[in-house]
Amino acid sequence: MAAEDAVPVEVVAAPARPDAPTDSLAWLAVPAMVLLAMAPAFLVESFRLFQLTSVVIYAVAILGLNIVTGYNGQISLGHGAFYAVGAYTTAILMASFGLPYWATLPVSAAVCGALGWGIGFPALRLGGLYLALTTFALAVAVPQVLKHDALETWTGGVQGVFIAKPDAPFGLPLSADQWMYLFTVAIAAAIFVLARNLLRSRIGRAMMAIRDQPTAAEAMGMDLAALKTRTFALSATITGVAGALSAVAVEFVSPDSFSVNLSITLFVGMIVGGVASIFGAVFGGLFVVFVPNLAEDIAGAAPGVLYGAILILFVFVLPTGFAGLLRRVAASARRTTATNDATPGR
Amino acid sequence: MAALLDVSDVVMRFGGVTAVGRVSFSVGQRSICGLIGPNGAGKTTLFNCISGIYRPSGGRIAFDGQEITGAPRHRMAGLGIGRTFQNVALFRTLSVRDNVLAGAHSRGGAGFVASALRLAPARREEAEAEGRLRPLLAMLDLASVAHVPVAALPFGTQKRVEMARALISGPKLLLLDEPAGGLNHGEVDGLASLLLDIRERFSLSILLVEHHMNLVMRVSDKVVALDFGKKIADGTPAEVRAEPEVIRAYLGEEAERHGRAA
Ligand SMILES: Nc1ncnc2c1ncn2[C@@H]1O[C@H](COP(=O)(O)OP(=O)(O)OP(=O)(O)O)[C@@H](O)[C@H]1O
Ligand SMILES: [Mg+2]
Repeated sequence: MAAEDAVPVEVVAAPARPDAPTDSLAWLAVPAMVLLAMAPAFLVESFRLFQLTSVVIYAVAILGLNIVTGYNGQISLGHGAFYAVGAYTTAILMASFGLPYWATLPVSAAVCGALGWGIGFPALRLGGLYLALTTFALAVAVPQVLKHDALETWTGGVQGVFIAKPDAPFGLPLSADQWMYLFTVAIAAAIFVLARNLLRSRIGRAMMAIRDQPTAAEAMGMDLAALKTRTFALSATITGVAGALSAVAVEFVSPDSFSVNLSITLFVGMIVGGVASIFGAVFGGLFVVFVPNLAEDIAGAAPGVLYGAILILFVFVLPTGFAGLLRRVAASARRTTATNDATPGR
Repeated sequence: MAALLDVSDVVMRFGGVTAVGRVSFSVGQRSICGLIGPNGAGKTTLFNCISGIYRPSGGRIAFDGQEITGAPRHRMAGLGIGRTFQNVALFRTLSVRDNVLAGAHSRGGAGFVASALRLAPARREEAEAEGRLRPLLAMLDLASVAHVPVAALPFGTQKRVEMARALISGPKLLLLDEPAGGLNHGEVDGLASLLLDIRERFSLSILLVEHHMNLVMRVSDKVVALDFGKKIADGTPAEVRAEPEVIRAYLGEEAERHGRAA
């Protein structure tokens, strides 16, 4: 049966079980998670809070990438480009046009969605590795475009654009950092819930079906061109919103913040968190924010070596990412309880 | 009654190879049509022409009174043509349940926005698909493995998943490419009654490609025989079995094999 594996690069990891039985405790889990997500705003000092804001932003960006690459099997090595365009759109709208930060988000989303659609549509003709190369080329080109003289009035050229961090609204007794963290968490939560709904729906099944067996998917009535293009556009939209949030959180955009490295970082985060896993993106975000810092603290002179070693270790120890590990732990816990209670597994 | 499927003068060439040469036949409403022929006769190729995977080099295919030659592949399911694949083409990382639900794609219309927001029409569609899923899983004995990823299942079970995936869309014509392949004797018996049962329950027609002669002869209302891409016989099972060309091309080959084995 392995003979029909025609996928050139194996991006398919853990079996998705979006239909796993949910129990009534899940309803308690939701407010618990909300509290847990909000807590750091009141417990953690400013710099750490900024790092956690970055984690959440990266998680959103990685989720966007995971939708197109993990769930739909279209490899993108250039999602940093959408992140950059989202960030610049927000920065320019705030700095040059005086829009409030929250009002820029839908615009950045729309711009990145349109760009994603425009890239995704012709890219459909290029399968697997060629799509990877095309998106990579995009990631290489975008920082240079942002530096270009013709756009300097808006982009500020190599200098970039400075923006002011927004204060908490309605006179809430929160610092700008606290507010930014909570705002980011709220937007991220909304995006994660919508993505989860989508991936468990007719459309999400179609995305995965196309990834696993395009010929059969078509025979089931799935319009590959339309679905793949829209998936790419959606993915670009989500990563673009993450970029927009990052511009506000960092209070600054410059071409050098969006080098090719960013695209690679998102890709690494996706794999470490778990390919085709929604919440794996959060682990991916934690990894890409904290592990490089950790490597720097420990191996001051050669942090790259340590980071590389940690990555390789991950590939061997957690071949399905953090999400895969959690799934295995949950499965064995279920088995244990099932045998202990002598009740049949659900 | 007009035929459900009308294949006329269909030709399929690959470079210099003519895999199917001017083949014509029809499949009636609510009937089972066997399509037989030795290896390489062109059965799968003809199948792929009907299901739109190949665009025929010549000829016409009409389905349910409508010409479908060269229609986009993803339209076929919506028109009412369901199919399975000779070597099983499941969505390997998905569970049995999700594989089968994916087969209902053509019945739905909810897009990205409606699905992400779980709007009422999307939820209704999902509930409808679930409602069709349950009896199918029960009928094909898949309920106990509903949550298992299909790649972990034995071949025979995978074939039943494919059958359920094709049936959930409510097809008028079911194309089955060697459903008995890899099954043992008892399972083939079960398959014969399953096919007859499916025809009754879903009032559909079946075009059945099969090497298993007993099965074809037992369930088919009519049999079409191909050899080297040409139609060599078309009639009731008894007529086709008696056709000298068929005996030579196909049954003869089998008889030879039996002779050698004896
Ligand atoms: N894509 C293709 N390109 C070139 N030749 C092909 C292609 N598909 C099929 N053929 C050729 O067409 C002929 C018919 O093949 P086909 O697969 O339709 O036979 P079949 O009757 O289904 O055989 P089997 O019983 O072994 O499945 C064979 O000679 C085959 O080599
Ligand atoms: Mg064949």
